[in-house]
Amino acid sequence: MSESVSAKPALIEVRDLVKHFGPVVALNGVSMKVRSGEVLCLLGDNGAGKSTLIKTLSGVHKPTSGSFLVDGKPIAFHTPRDALDAGIATVYQDLAMVPLSSIARNFFMGREPLRRVGPFKFLDLAFAEKVAREEMKKIGIDLRDSSQAVGTLSGGERQCVAIARAVYFGAKVLILDEPTSALGVAQTSMVLKYVNQVRARGLGVIFITHNVRHAYAVGNSFTVLNRGRTLGTFEKAGISIEELQNLMAGDKELQFLSNDLGGTV
Amino acid sequence: MAEDPTVATVAQPLDERLQRQSGLRRLLSRPELGAIAGTVLVFLFFGATAHGTGMFAADGILNWMTVTAQLTIIATGAALLMVGGEFDLSVGSMIGFAGMMIAIPTVYFGWPIEISVIFAFCGALLIGFLNGLVVVRTRLPSFIVTLASLYILRGMTIALSILFANRTIVSGVKNFAGDSFVVPLFSGKAFPGLFIWLADAGIIGKLPNGQPSVQGVPAMVIWAFAIALIGHIVLSRTRFGNWIFAAGGDANAARNVGVPVARVKIVLFMVTAFCATVYATCQVMEFGSAAADRGVLKEFEAIIAAVIGGCLLTGGYGSVVGAFFGALIFGVVQMGILFTGAPNDWFQVFLGLMLLTAVLFNNYIRRRATGER
Repeated sequence: MSESVSAKPALIEVRDLVKHFGPVVALNGVSMKVRSGEVLCLLGDNGAGKSTLIKTLSGVHKPTSGSFLVDGKPIAFHTPRDALDAGIATVYQDLAMVPLSSIARNFFMGREPLRRVGPFKFLDLAFAEKVAREEMKKIGIDLRDSSQAVGTLSGGERQCVAIARAVYFGAKVLILDEPTSALGVAQTSMVLKYVNQVRARGLGVIFITHNVRHAYAVGNSFTVLNRGRTLGTFEKAGISIEELQNLMAGDKELQFLSNDLGGTV
Repeated sequence: MAEDPTVATVAQPLDERLQRQSGLRRLLSRPELGAIAGTVLVFLFFGATAHGTGMFAADGILNWMTVTAQLTIIATGAALLMVGGEFDLSVGSMIGFAGMMIAIPTVYFGWPIEISVIFAFCGALLIGFLNGLVVVRTRLPSFIVTLASLYILRGMTIALSILFANRTIVSGVKNFAGDSFVVPLFSGKAFPGLFIWLADAGIIGKLPNGQPSVQGVPAMVIWAFAIALIGHIVLSRTRFGNWIFAAGGDANAARNVGVPVARVKIVLFMVTAFCATVYATCQVMEFGSAAADRGVLKEFEAIIAAVIGGCLLTGGYGSVVGAFFGALIFGVVQMGILFTGAPNDWFQVFLGLMLLTAVLFNNYIRRRATGER
């Protein structure tokens, strides 16, 4: 698989990205790229610079230096809206959903479908509910009623709604910020399956996590961050889950701990 | 999206994770359900106890419909704002101040009454805009910001009244109004012919002088229905309505998907000020005067009606239809107690209990509706 993937152009590529916040060096030379039909897992422990990197990719922060290419062309985002217009959608951990509102209303929040009646424009709720139901069905969540509140959905289902919304509105690159961090096993597998499905449609996915198992289950390649630097990018064929775990830990402490406890952390 | 061959393989079978909603549960998730149930109870109660007191004769109905209409006008604004996640405690003071903005220019500056009314609406919208702007910019709770407005506006109402009229009432507006169209627009009676016909047909009573016991539908009732209807349509059927739910439900999430939260909230504060001014204009045209104590405590009545109608104090949930039924319960009980001859002092006790019941009920419904723990 990796050969066919490598032949395609990178949707996003950054080289030697540096980001300073005053005296704090958050990113100190990060390079990575994601291609169409590929899940790139961004691994790193707390403080490795994952959040800063995705906020830079999604237009929240401007890089201090380094190059940022979209479809091979240099680009500079000034606002998150610019990134969205370029097809880069970010699903943050808070998911940008209103629990008390219906799934259909949430799905179209900020991009409401309108129906013109004489001089007035009304919300096309029938269309919104139909699309929300269809899109959820594609994921395997069968909603008899998309007017039910998002609050009634499980964490995994909410995560899937947020991803489906980004895909529906034309994302080419999907940045998922720790989508499985608060989920149980069954919920996690549901989200990972959906991520794989999105990838199979030809989107590029950047999957941020600090859970190596989740990453290994769905990723095609892995970029490991440590202290604001990339330690390297590895194709799935070239690295084992243990090697990835050790690399991510940055030093051998975790390895010792694992040996002490008699298992993998 | 395009056809996707992988869907079939990835789609999961139906399993126990899927949350299905029964029809009953869906009904329970309607915010106005509690208020409608309460309205039925209140009508049954007074139907039994106030039977034969004239409460349900035409003039009796007019009586409690007028109270309901007054409250519906301001409760609509309050409900919209509450769904949008904010409060406006300055509604009552706004009623008093808007009355002065009509009466003082008309009586003391010699402005035509139409100009004074337009001036009052513009002034009120500006005050609503400032309320909203301060809330949005400072991120202070709207409770505090509009509590300040409550005192500022009430103080200005009293001070201006004393300054111009040397007392707390500015009267004589009718002498200046003449036969201007704004008088019937805000205090006229609609469909007089219909009521004469109803009286002649014996459906409604007649006064000793041969006039029907009710001469028409008061303009305020029509204003109330129009405002509630428009409010309902905007909230439930427009993009702006979706933005109101989003802004009140989770302002941060709404901002992240491009909803102009600040603009939505400012507009909603202007809407409550507009509603208060409609209320005030009706009163000024009806009584021919503006008084410094008009609208005292009305902000709480508006909030009570909205809460009984299912609005959550935390925002993001509620309906205008519910607020209307909240106002209806309020009007029927207030007037019903008078008709049954029960001591009116008990009304407030009832109101407090009703509010508490409504809040508890709403909380329960919300948990059922959203699966929140």
